[in-house]
Amino acid sequence: MNLILVTFIILLAFTSYYFGRKKALVIQSSQRLTALPKFYGYYLAAWCAAPALIIFALWSVFEPSIVKTFILQDYTDQNLTKNELQLIYTKVKALAAGTYTGNITNFLDESANKYIQLKGIANSAKVAIILAILIFSLSFAYRSVQKNDRMREPVEIFLKWVLFVASLGAVLVTIGIVFSLLFEAIRFFQAVKIFDFIFGTHWYPAKTFVRDGQPDPELMKDAFGAVPLFAGTFFIAFIAMCVAIPIGLLSGIYLSEYAGRGVRKYAKPIIEILAGIPTVVYGFFAALTVGPFVKEIGNAMGLEVSAESALAAGAVMGVMIIPFISSLSDDVMTAVPQNLRDGSYAMGATKSETVKKVIFPAALPGIVGSILLAVSRAVGETMIVVMASGLAANLTMNPLESTSTITAQIVVILIGDQQFGDPKTQSAFALGISLFIVTLFLNVIALSVVKKYREKYE
Amino acid sequence: MLKNIGKNMNSFKKNLLKKRYNAERRFQWYGKIAIGLALSFLAVFMFQIFSKGYSAFQKTWIVTEVHYDKELLLIDAESPSKDDLENADYYDVAYKAMTSLDPGLPEEEDRQLIQMVSYKYEAEVKDLLLKNPDYLGKIVPIKLTASDDVDQVHKGNYPRDIPEENRRVNDYQLQIYDMLNERGDILSEFNISFFTSPDSREAELAGIASSFMGTVFSILVCLAFSFPVAVLAAIYLEEFAPKNKFTDFIEVNINNLAAVPSIVFGLLGLGVLLAVFNLPRSTPLVGGITLSLMTLPTIIIAARASLKAVPPSIREAALAMGASNMQTTMHHTVPLSMPGTLSGTIIGLAQALGETAPLILIGMVAFVNTIPGTPVDPAASLPVQIYIWSESAERGFVEKVSACIMVLLAFLILMNLAAQIVRHKFEKKWS
Repeated sequence: MNLILVTFIILLAFTSYYFGRKKALVIQSSQRLTALPKFYGYYLAAWCAAPALIIFALWSVFEPSIVKTFILQDYTDQNLTKNELQLIYTKVKALAAGTYTGNITNFLDESANKYIQLKGIANSAKVAIILAILIFSLSFAYRSVQKNDRMREPVEIFLKWVLFVASLGAVLVTIGIVFSLLFEAIRFFQAVKIFDFIFGTHWYPAKTFVRDGQPDPELMKDAFGAVPLFAGTFFIAFIAMCVAIPIGLLSGIYLSEYAGRGVRKYAKPIIEILAGIPTVVYGFFAALTVGPFVKEIGNAMGLEVSAESALAAGAVMGVMIIPFISSLSDDVMTAVPQNLRDGSYAMGATKSETVKKVIFPAALPGIVGSILLAVSRAVGETMIVVMASGLAANLTMNPLESTSTITAQIVVILIGDQQFGDPKTQSAFALGISLFIVTLFLNVIALSVVKKYREKYE
Repeated sequence: MLKNIGKNMNSFKKNLLKKRYNAERRFQWYGKIAIGLALSFLAVFMFQIFSKGYSAFQKTWIVTEVHYDKELLLIDAESPSKDDLENADYYDVAYKAMTSLDPGLPEEEDRQLIQMVSYKYEAEVKDLLLKNPDYLGKIVPIKLTASDDVDQVHKGNYPRDIPEENRRVNDYQLQIYDMLNERGDILSEFNISFFTSPDSREAELAGIASSFMGTVFSILVCLAFSFPVAVLAAIYLEEFAPKNKFTDFIEVNINNLAAVPSIVFGLLGLGVLLAVFNLPRSTPLVGGITLSLMTLPTIIIAARASLKAVPPSIREAALAMGASNMQTTMHHTVPLSMPGTLSGTIIGLAQALGETAPLILIGMVAFVNTIPGTPVDPAASLPVQIYIWSESAERGFVEKVSACIMVLLAFLILMNLAAQIVRHKFEKKWS
């Protein structure tokens, strides 16, 4: 139904384009055109499609909730909770669609009939309104075509608005992220105190799962302490940085200061392949090859090593991050002006002394920025940890034990079927918002550091 | 006296110089070692994947003889129609085909033989007859898919020397396997079914068709949503946006969005697309939209960069000829910037292709054993398939995962090559 309506609108827009262009050619025979003939077509097509499609979109967004309020009006006197009402509404919809299998009460049947009726009314109203709008806007547009008004300006203003609305897309996504996270997180913090979440040291959400009923508030208090996750996240990121910073930085220095053009041309893109490999592949590699390898070495040295150690996950993550540091630091060091180097050489310094005492300090802000970006990347990394570092949230500083991270817990909680309204599900959104804040913070600092640095030399 | 001091100074200087030169050489070596390490990580990694995965492209078959006995098939008609063959009972025929490998085996042990082929062997027996109806009543050789354990033994991935109780293939089965192998009745052929069949719980039957189609649909949906919006947004920001606070706000937004962890987009998909808009769970449609939100900033940034690279002289020339701002942009700047935009788009899509976490959150990890035909059918995607298989315990899945990774990497390499070609072939060099 909706598809037919949209296709109809679009087809009509196309026809009105051709109609408008033809009309312009007719006008041309008696008076001077105000724009190229195609603008007459665009003008008609835009007036045809835009208002109708906007109304259609608004209608589609608001119709379900309006129908829902009408249906649930009959149930207001029964003092039901929000979840029960939702359940009833789902039942009514299933009954109306003929897919309901439970026992049917009279009341439910009545509601289903009402639902079908309402839907029918809504559908015909929608078609009628959209047809009316089409007729109205087309006749309005046709009148100005007939009067031979200026055609190009309105079309260009319209296009500009389309461009502007598209650029709002990114803002919309951000708003969507913030609201979807906040909405669930706030409900979570109604059940669990925010203090218990930020400072609690036990993370064990499975404990709170109770079939049909409210979990014990005492249990809740102790189950959602996120400290082990925060600690695990930064611990694994720290291990990753221990691998990535030395290798990445030294590679970056070598590439920018020592390597010949040939080496640079090939080595840089090859190292960058490391950043292009999907993380799930690294996860598989860490779980199947690096994990057992670390365990074997540890056992040979007489250490107790878990098969899913933080070390394996962190090391593999570090390898993934090398190119972020090497390429960015290579770029910032190449951007250091040549006269700084020349000055240093003129004082008799060797190349390495120049790098250490002149170029590196000059490029430091940029390098710090690239490291911060890499940390934010490591904090947000999911699949490697899920597959290689275990899922139990231990509060530990031993790299040979398994730890879990914020991202891994989000996956653990939300994999499979979720029930909205359950504090366990909501806790994933609370974790998500803390992750969002941490990475946002790191990025804002990193970007501003890099920007300041750029201004210094440009 | 003075001469001596001079001599000492000289040797001191020489020593110092030597020290400094040594430090110089050492420093160079650190750099070389670092690059060497990074490259060797890549090499080890690729080697591991390839050495584990190449065997998955071979499939092991067991050849035996099947007698399409009319009585056992329970076919009464003199010249049976297609329907008769379709509805015949193949259990006994298939069973006999397997047990005939060792006629001396007591009946209660026959499971051991049956376990050597995939559980679908009865269907394979049936398919052969349906394809060749004239086999009815004859004894013909037939290829049956070997079970995952026999497959691994044949490929040498399975240690034979561990004690029998720790092995999934027992001594008797190994004996039969050796006998068949000597007779040349174990075949190893290119594994077409890996590419044409959907996922399965049995490693020997599992293929990537369902997840491959899931990936293709998600990427197409992602392209359809992100490309137009991103290009239009980039045009606005680069060509029309007034310099004010709101434009700055949009720009900051885009830059930050590019660095948001992918899993947060998964939460967005779950909390908004599934919970509010009630789109169907586990489908490439939702997956694609989620990925498109993620690729949006990448494409916007690439498109803006390539719009910026179009020299102002082009714009000035068009404006001087009397074109309006919109005409200048749409007829000259945007077409000239397209190669850069397209290669940025392909790179953004390649990133989206490898994403796993957001797709897991919107339910694309469900076990799907049908090949999706539209974007609203439930499906997995290649990276998610890697995750699902790597969580499976069976040994046969290890090589499947590696093979799936090889397919995914091949896909990524192709896309990056395409991006390179678009950039180098079509981009104009100014200056």
